[in-house]
Amino acid sequence: MRPETEAELAEMIASASGPICVRGGGTRGVNLNGDVLETGGLSGITLYEPGSLTLVAQAGTALAEIEAALDAEGQRLAFEPMDHRGLMGTSGEPTIGGVVAANVSGPRRVSVGACRDFMLGVRYVDGTGSVVKNGGRVMKNVTGYDLVKLMSGSWGTLGVLTEVSLKVLPKPETAACILITGLSDAEAVRVMAKALGSPFEVSGAAHGPLGPDGQPVTMLRVEGFAGSVAYRAERVAGLFGDMDVRIESDPEAVAGVWARVRDGAPFHGVAGDVWRVSCTPTLSAGLAAKIQADGVLYDWGGGLIWARVREGTDVRARLGTFDGHATLVRGNGQPKFQPEPPEIAALSRGLRQKFDPKGILNAGLMG
Amino acid sequence: MQMPQPDASVLSRKAQIVDRLRSVLPRDAVISDEMETRAYECDALTAYKCAPLAVVLPASTEEVSAVLKVCHQMGVPVVPRGSGTSLAGGALPTADCVLLGVARMNDVIETDYDNRFIRVQTGRTNLSVTGAVEEDGFFYAPDPSSQLACAIAGNIAMNSGGAHCLKYGVTTNNLLGVTMVQMDGTVMEIGGAHLDAGGYDLLGLICGSEGQLGVVTEATLRILPKPEGARPVLMGFDSNEVAGACVADIIKAGVLPVAIEFMDRPCIEATEAFAKAGYPMCEALLIVEVEGSPAEIDEQLALILEIARRHNPVELREAKDADEAGRIWLGRKSAFGAMGQINDYMCLDGTIPVSELPYVLRRIGEMSEEYGLDVANVFHAGDGNMHPLILFDANKEGDLELCEALGADILRLCVEVGGCLTGEHGVGIEKRDLMVDQFAPADLEAQMAVKDVFDPAWLLNPAKVFPLAASESRRSVALAAE
Ligand SMILES: Cc1cc2nc3c(=O)[nH]c(=O)nc-3n(C[C@H](O)[C@H](O)[C@H](O)COP(=O)(O)OP(=O)(O)OC[C@H]3O[C@@H](n4cnc5c(N)ncnc54)[C@H](O)[C@@H]3O)c2cc1C
Repeated sequence: MRPETEAELAEMIASASGPICVRGGGTRGVNLNGDVLETGGLSGITLYEPGSLTLVAQAGTALAEIEAALDAEGQRLAFEPMDHRGLMGTSGEPTIGGVVAANVSGPRRVSVGACRDFMLGVRYVDGTGSVVKNGGRVMKNVTGYDLVKLMSGSWGTLGVLTEVSLKVLPKPETAACILITGLSDAEAVRVMAKALGSPFEVSGAAHGPLGPDGQPVTMLRVEGFAGSVAYRAERVAGLFGDMDVRIESDPEAVAGVWARVRDGAPFHGVAGDVWRVSCTPTLSAGLAAKIQADGVLYDWGGGLIWARVREGTDVRARLGTFDGHATLVRGNGQPKFQPEPPEIAALSRGLRQKFDPKGILNAGLMG
Repeated sequence: MQMPQPDASVLSRKAQIVDRLRSVLPRDAVISDEMETRAYECDALTAYKCAPLAVVLPASTEEVSAVLKVCHQMGVPVVPRGSGTSLAGGALPTADCVLLGVARMNDVIETDYDNRFIRVQTGRTNLSVTGAVEEDGFFYAPDPSSQLACAIAGNIAMNSGGAHCLKYGVTTNNLLGVTMVQMDGTVMEIGGAHLDAGGYDLLGLICGSEGQLGVVTEATLRILPKPEGARPVLMGFDSNEVAGACVADIIKAGVLPVAIEFMDRPCIEATEAFAKAGYPMCEALLIVEVEGSPAEIDEQLALILEIARRHNPVELREAKDADEAGRIWLGRKSAFGAMGQINDYMCLDGTIPVSELPYVLRRIGEMSEEYGLDVANVFHAGDGNMHPLILFDANKEGDLELCEALGADILRLCVEVGGCLTGEHGVGIEKRDLMVDQFAPADLEAQMAVKDVFDPAWLLNPAKVFPLAASESRRSVALAAE
């Protein structure tokens, strides 16, 4: 199925009785039973006002098209969505609807927020074929319940997105990266906490096998106007003057290393399951040790652990109870999402039942 | 504005209900005397008043849970309340409700600078959250003008904003987790010191749900390191259009000020008379504030001033020290007080696309003349959140109704140009009946379905947010089931 209009899509869902697998670009590894429903026919930027920092697009619009339009005006999606293709070994064109449905957020999540924080509005077709809108195209809106947040990260299980509106931000003039080598995981986590707790607006804090030969490097990023970036990079580096620290100020090089963090590059083309664990940052080194992973990458100052393990490993069993959740990004041997405590699971089930009473949208994935 | 008929079966059982509440709470935590319950008869939307059946002031999550269990079993509606500063009537009681105030729950539970969060009980006031961390160089970003009084509970329920949200976002962007008690008394933890949900974003759903999905008793909030410094500039223009264009150009240039505030002539004149901040008399005035080290501030302000000059300002004033900065903010901060001095006023809160600013201001001017009521505008220009203040005389027969009609027309205009009814104050009872102007029946149905899941009996703050006609069948099922 490949609807060309929202009305056509609504008709298809209303008359469907069997499971439907919703597909944007098919790059994020969702392969479920059922008729494939492609969103690519719902494509195009509907509205872009740089002076209002807002962009509205149909859900099947290629992310590349959106990024090019933003780039032409010196703006960007600040939440830095990852490109899953390298990690998942998929091909195809990621769509904006897929980004939103999976709430895909990169390293800048720790400072500016997640995809869901930049979402202003949605239109979607629920599991009965009813067309619903929520939010809008303005930056402040508390009119009614915030279903925009609910739809972001619901992986197509509550409705098929047809249109999304987003807040965009100016691209900074330049960026610099403070690189520290020779730290243990635990030391790196302390360094990142200190940097993120400084007033110098660190917009990225990662640690992992990111050096030229895969040796561990701790990286801190600052962005903005040139004078300010130079000043803050110096000040941040100064916090760690007794360590092996250097500043990279070539913006191309900075963008390159952060794209590697964003996309989980150390795990590309290497066998094994890949997990993302969201946790209390300062507990991350201890939690990572429990996982006994074959490869680890820390982002969000430690608040996000990427872990590569042998296929089928039950990472959740190794972690035990902790404040956070583990998602299986690459692999099939375990449930994708962290099982919820009974009282929360009951609410999730209830919502799913209301939004998709036939249980046909991406059945079995969530809720 | 209409409220549903109070449930006679609840009113007649008042004595039993109060007894049951007394059996689960300390003596002084249940108020049933009519003289005393009257203290809770309204929030900051004072045009509407109604004393509740009883007031409870629990001191812990366990007590909240016990109260809700009783009310759930006895079929009694509950209206949660923080500090009662809602401008939308969100905390307005009904005669058949138990008003549940969280004001006694105001402890700081944990501060963690390494992980940059604070955990508090939700009765704590917004300003005292920052107060608890500022000596250590941190702050809690959302800063509603009511921050001295309003509670985190209300901030979460309304998803409140503030002057600095252009850079730091509103409550939902700074909320990491909550403890929430469902209407049946079930206690749940949602989110925590980690980021984002592992499943559906229930936290995002709860924030802004106006006390209709559960009672939030504790919250984990993101705190941020204080910037090195901040400095405002003031600029005056001879038309709203030019000021609006200047705002768009600043944003397009890639500077992200922490605040861009806008005042129009009626507002400038009123605040000048009241606060004597020395503002220039012009058609439109902008206050733009940026943050950073002194050199960073210079760099950003140079750019902003260069843009401003291209728009031929009638006045450009840069604060050279803290004193001058204070003077620039003085008028803006006293704008509401100034209005209150000269008149009764109603504060609207619609949001519009920034590009529509000049058109909307012109239309508001025309409508103001048609209705014969003055309107002053003061608002967050960077994000299009308007606060038209309609001036009226509460003692004059029919003036309130006239004012409400003008307000409704202005809000419909906001929706017409692609905006919304409320940017930060919430729907409450005030904008409840206008929801049909923004949402189609299917849109409202989807929202009400969420309430069905969290509160199937529709006992929590039931007469708010949704037009009474739209929620009627659900509320009456709840009554019949008693
Ligand atoms: C002078 C003035 C200036 C203001 N400026 C701003 C501003 O700049 N920005 C802004 O956004 N708002 C502003 N407001 C509006 C108001 O202050 C906010 O809406 C505030 O968040 C309300 O908080 P409160 O604690 O007073 O809540 P209340 O008024 O007590 O309640 C508000 C809503 O929250 C619900 N609620 C309360 N406690 C709980 C709980 N524990 N669990 C679940 N639901 C609960 C209530 O049922 C109600 O629906 C202003 C108000 C005034 C009077």
